[in-house]
Amino acid sequence: MADSAVPHDQPAGSSRRDFLELVAWSTFGVGTLAAIWPLIDSLNPSAAVLAVATTEVDLEPIEVGQRVTVMWRGKPVFIGRRTEEEIEMARAVSLDELRDPEPDEARVQKPEWLIVIGICTHLGCVPLGNRSGEPRGQWAGWFCPCHGSHYDTAGRIRKGPAPRNLDLPPYRFVSDTQVLIG
Amino acid sequence: MSTELQQPPFKSGVLRWIDERLPVLTWAYNELVVYPAPKNLNYWWNFGSLAGIILVVQIVTGVILVMSYTPHADLAFDSVEGYIMRDVNWGWLIRYLHANGASMFFALVYIHMFRGLYYGSYKKPRELLWILGVIILLLMMATAFMGYVLPWGNMSYWAATVITNLFSAIPLVGEPLVTWLWGGFTVANPTLQRFFSLHYLLPFVIFAVVFLHILALHQFGSNNPLGIDLSKKDKIPFHPYYTVKDVFGLCVFLLVYGYFVFYAPTAFISPTNFIPADPLQTPTHIVPEWYFLPFYAILRAITFDFLWIVPAKLGGVIAMFAAIGVLFFVPWLDTSKVRSARFRPIYKWFFWLLVIDVLVLGWAGANPPEGWYLVAAQLGTLYYFAHFLVIMPVLGKIERPLPLPTSLSDPVLRGTRSQTAN
Ligand code: HEM
Ligand code: FES
Repeated sequence: MADSAVPHDQPAGSSRRDFLELVAWSTFGVGTLAAIWPLIDSLNPSAAVLAVATTEVDLEPIEVGQRVTVMWRGKPVFIGRRTEEEIEMARAVSLDELRDPEPDEARVQKPEWLIVIGICTHLGCVPLGNRSGEPRGQWAGWFCPCHGSHYDTAGRIRKGPAPRNLDLPPYRFVSDTQVLIG
Repeated sequence: MSTELQQPPFKSGVLRWIDERLPVLTWAYNELVVYPAPKNLNYWWNFGSLAGIILVVQIVTGVILVMSYTPHADLAFDSVEGYIMRDVNWGWLIRYLHANGASMFFALVYIHMFRGLYYGSYKKPRELLWILGVIILLLMMATAFMGYVLPWGNMSYWAATVITNLFSAIPLVGEPLVTWLWGGFTVANPTLQRFFSLHYLLPFVIFAVVFLHILALHQFGSNNPLGIDLSKKDKIPFHPYYTVKDVFGLCVFLLVYGYFVFYAPTAFISPTNFIPADPLQTPTHIVPEWYFLPFYAILRAITFDFLWIVPAKLGGVIAMFAAIGVLFFVPWLDTSKVRSARFRPIYKWFFWLLVIDVLVLGWAGANPPEGWYLVAAQLGTLYYFAHFLVIMPVLGKIERPLPLPTSLSDPVLRGTRSQTAN
């Protein structure tokens, strides 16, 4: 037994004991992280929340110029059937005037249908303008009353503190009158 | 002081038997009865014990509310406004004690903190005592914010949305972080349930930190209005002198608290919170509880991108957290050797300017961030940081403090001596 002990004259920093200590601590660290991960991840959206992640919408009853709100993953989604004039306005603007430059073409699949998430990209209020009679802001899109963000008819940020255009949800047209969001 | 413990004068053998094995009675006796407190403490020294009492009130009323409250997005609003307020015996009283108790708690703690700033109670050797206090403030803010979400009124919902969305300003991890906080893609039932869990937990964490706060306090003893180190002969035992004074202060405080609970119970509750949470209807004017207003003003004061790299939204969030963060460094930012503002003729004025500045920020925070309100918020924010980062360090170096007395009896004696000399 005695001859397997660490010799006293071994140079500091290179002993077997230092190495074992390092291995022990690393194992402990990795183990702790692995043990904590399930606790942290349990706070992410659960399977039940993710399961209700698509919404199907019938577009038939929506008239030209009308806007409706549907819920997708608990968020309001604005669906607008744009008028010729609204499409024109969205396409007329030059990109360098925009804070978050995106052509209208990149924000719609069919020019008539604008589908955006109805949550202000500043701090998450629901902008006004989707119901008739509500203010639509200086660019005839939406107006967020919380801190005064104005969005245009393509849902792009034009004025106010919001950093980004209204987000686009993933969606596809399953038929001419049916859209699947999510 | 805390090194030599005195034995309590036990009348009962049972108590002595317990105390020999578990010295909690000795500990309590030394901290609450013999604790030598400065003779000259004024009424500003009442607010610490009042805050401790209201913490206990919040815990007791809270534990009882939970027995009738339902933490579910579909049921929470009715369980508070319907069941607790109408059906539960005394439910209205317990809820109003709790809701107004939160406001009282903040009022007491803010006064307690300004007292510390005026009398330099954060200076060596009480730095950690002050830092523990700032930690308590942060924990209180988190607790009150999550408590406000629980009744699931429309202001609860939108306050939760706006405040949690602040974290989305953090580059890269912001969005996933917010989803993680919510447990979904919006504030919803999972959010309510986790806030409930934490709202129950944090007050007990606060309780533990308060213990550390008192431990740190009793290490060197209380500061006092003169801010000088006092000798034993300038101190008196906590009981009965300060127990009596604290009970008197408590009576006065209960009058104020009772006024709100019985005569103006909804003074601090936004009317919007009597409407159930509606994810589709943002209130036109989102305002937090009054005790968050100065910080809310700072958040919204940053309307411009900072140095081209920090976007306005992130800048506002950083400024808001920095407004509390800077308090951690106050013991080192104040370079003056003199503690009490009584002997600091210039600092005294800046102290009151800071008080006014915080009130102005609060007023700006209660109003929409436009026009003069925005200007006031921006100037107020600038001054707030200038106070701590410029005025405090520079003033300590250039100000000439008044001569300090060497003990409590000293100014009196000198006064009489100079009178006789005349
Ligand atoms: C640091 C101490 C505490 C503070 C500052 C605090 C603050 C608050 C606030 C501001 C509300 C919203 C009141 C309203 O608008 O109705 C609230 C609600 C609530 N709190 Fe607390 N609280 C504290 C401790 C506790 C504890 C220890 C519990 C439970 C063990 C608790 C349980 C509740 C419940 C069930 C509600 C919802 C019912 C209601 O809205 O009145 N609280 N709290
Ligand atoms: S949340 Fe819309 S402008 Fe702030």
